[in-house]
Amino acid sequence: MALLQISEPGQSSAPHQRRLAAGIDLGTTNSLVASVRSGEAVTLRDVDGRDSLPSIVYYGAQGIEVGFDAKTHAISDACNTVVSVKRFMGRTLTDINNSYQELPYQLAASENGLVTIKTRHGVVNPIQVSSEILRPLIALAQSSLGGELDGVVITVPAYFDDAQRQGTKDAAQLLGVKVFRLLNEPTAAAIAYGLDTDQEGIIAVYDLGGGTFDISILRLNKGVFEVLATGGDSALGGDDFDQLISDWIVEQSGYTGEYSPALQREITQLACSAKEQLSQLETVKLALDLPCGGHWHSSLSRDQFNQLIQPLVKRTLLACRRAVRDAELTPADIMKVVMVGGSTRVPLVRTQVGQYFEQLPLTSIDPDKVVAIGAAIQADILAGNKPDSDMLLLDVLPLSLGLETMGGLTEKVISRNTTIPVAKAQEFTTFKDGQTAMALHILQGERELVEDCRSLARFELRGIPPMAAGAAHIRVTFQVDADGLLSVSAMEKSSGVQTSIEVKPSFGLTDNEVASMIKDSMTYAKDDMNARMLAEEKVEAARVHEGLVSALADDSHLLNQPEQSKIEQAMAVLAQAQAGDELKAIKAAIAECDKASQDFAAKRMDQSIRKALSGQSVDNI
Amino acid sequence: MMNYFELFDLPSLFELDVNALRLKYLELQRIVHPDKFANASERERLLAVQKTAQINDGYSMLKSPITRAEHLLALADIELAHEYQTLKDPMFLMQQMELREQLEDIPTAKDPEQEIIDFQLQIDTFIAQFEQQFNQLFNDGSQQALDNAADNVRKLKFMLKLAAEARDLEEQILIF
Repeated sequence: MALLQISEPGQSSAPHQRRLAAGIDLGTTNSLVASVRSGEAVTLRDVDGRDSLPSIVYYGAQGIEVGFDAKTHAISDACNTVVSVKRFMGRTLTDINNSYQELPYQLAASENGLVTIKTRHGVVNPIQVSSEILRPLIALAQSSLGGELDGVVITVPAYFDDAQRQGTKDAAQLLGVKVFRLLNEPTAAAIAYGLDTDQEGIIAVYDLGGGTFDISILRLNKGVFEVLATGGDSALGGDDFDQLISDWIVEQSGYTGEYSPALQREITQLACSAKEQLSQLETVKLALDLPCGGHWHSSLSRDQFNQLIQPLVKRTLLACRRAVRDAELTPADIMKVVMVGGSTRVPLVRTQVGQYFEQLPLTSIDPDKVVAIGAAIQADILAGNKPDSDMLLLDVLPLSLGLETMGGLTEKVISRNTTIPVAKAQEFTTFKDGQTAMALHILQGERELVEDCRSLARFELRGIPPMAAGAAHIRVTFQVDADGLLSVSAMEKSSGVQTSIEVKPSFGLTDNEVASMIKDSMTYAKDDMNARMLAEEKVEAARVHEGLVSALADDSHLLNQPEQSKIEQAMAVLAQAQAGDELKAIKAAIAECDKASQDFAAKRMDQSIRKALSGQSVDNI
Repeated sequence: MMNYFELFDLPSLFELDVNALRLKYLELQRIVHPDKFANASERERLLAVQKTAQINDGYSMLKSPITRAEHLLALADIELAHEYQTLKDPMFLMQQMELREQLEDIPTAKDPEQEIIDFQLQIDTFIAQFEQQFNQLFNDGSQQALDNAADNVRKLKFMLKLAAEARDLEEQILIF
């Protein structure tokens, strides 16, 4: 009799079992989750039939509320209701104070200066707030799909920098969810659009959301989605249209009294509703009860509104122009313009974009859902549910990476619009005799002066062997992965022996902050967390083991006998460790397997490259 | 040093079928891209990132004529030195100065829009000439010819810099 196999959660018992995956659009104003069901990508609906969740978190006396429930407290308890938190992601307190004058929150800074918000539940950072938004979306996906998710794809604005991307990824990891990939929002939209229409050629995706603007120029060709150039502004969106109307209301009302958080929120909501109505109506009536009994009412016409937002729309068009040039194209080369994001409903945006690209922008697809749907398609493929899919996404670095040099200048190491993943090495030497440490300041941006770029990271290189000044050769490698995330490694190689240099970052969250964040995250109790870590490590062990079994079956001819038996020994140790419950032993066994199979993996990859190339030359004959 | 022509199984020549390069590039991407390793072990994913980075670097280097030329010279062990290498060609330096003056005068010209377009056409012609000369010198292969080819690359860089400045100026002139 065959025994029934029961697998660990998140670990598939049969290799071809369908894996559960979802795509999440974590937006400034609204968030959505989508998944591929019966071959079709659809947005998932909650029990009330709604697929769009307001990105609002309320830290209430009774607990945390998210979405529609949280929205009801936005005015009555403004300082405990966090809206548009995406605008705070990866930003310092100074950034926020410079960008926004009147926010209803009590803000503070983390150890490295990142912005935090004081709420009834203590101090929270944007990563934690974002993870609260993700929590119900992931729960919705799990209940709709009927099981734990194997992984998710989360979309980010193409123009997000490294800190903003890392924060987004951390938010999901706080919930213990595997992030297959961070996907750029316009690229996600292009996938949904391209696969839907089977179009080939060059398209532009104009994505104006609640808080961010992206323009991407892509070439679509036989399943290849190649981003040629991207541009935008990670702090420009529909929220700014609201702000302009709010300022106008304040000015018109002549009110000079105090602005409570509640009044600010009320004006913002009034402004937002006026903006939305002006997409349909020529004029909209406005009314506001002022504190101390005053009552203000007036009307705003679409022309007046257009005048208010014209400078912002122009800014987006300048970014379009630059992206088209960066792609070495002219507007006439663009076959279709795809409009994404709720703010592209504004009529002025549509007409001006149409004028610039000399064509009617495509608005037939739902601008609110297309990003989540594209992410779901990509998640399904990355989960391994479509083994014969030939889809390939080639995305680019949105902002140049550079280093601070003498005199406060930046030197570019990797320029914007370089296809990722990318790695570039630079050599440095020591300035003084016996110098053992060195500081690197990494910047992201296009300007020449350090102060005009975003300070991304400061790294300290330590453990340089002491030598005469100028004798050490330190090779620093900057690597950006497919998510657009940077990592830095360093080597000293003058002595002939490669010495690994310790790279100590001083940005983002400190280790202590991360630890306390995980502790605070109410997803797991402490015991639960250890169990979770063990389960995750076991899944990784199984992945490594399975991978090696199939690699050996296919390619053992690449190895000599001692090499092969070394790998097999390491696999045996791993299998044993995996059967036990020792986290450390499993980790060590994985590391041992990695070490034993490192050359093997490289040889296999080289072999498949050779095969592909020779296959091609045969085809060409 | 990595020979990117070998990576793409192409002959190490300046003349290159960019379309063939692109097809091979996409073929390799389909094999090594990290997205193909989403469920693989950490080690394999890292390897995929590194390999893809190498392929991306090779592609961008071979795709553009100037970096392709530089790569060919580096493979032939010709020291290109850097921009501060003095050019010992007074005729060329004179021509550069004249072109720069011409560029500076464009904003105040009668018809700057037409002038900038003409100027860019002129630069494009020079660039095409230098590329053609490089190809001949490199194919000759003698030490003297290779040294001259290196000199050619340096001149080409001057021209490309001028072309970039002309593009910036065009940006300012063609009012949005």
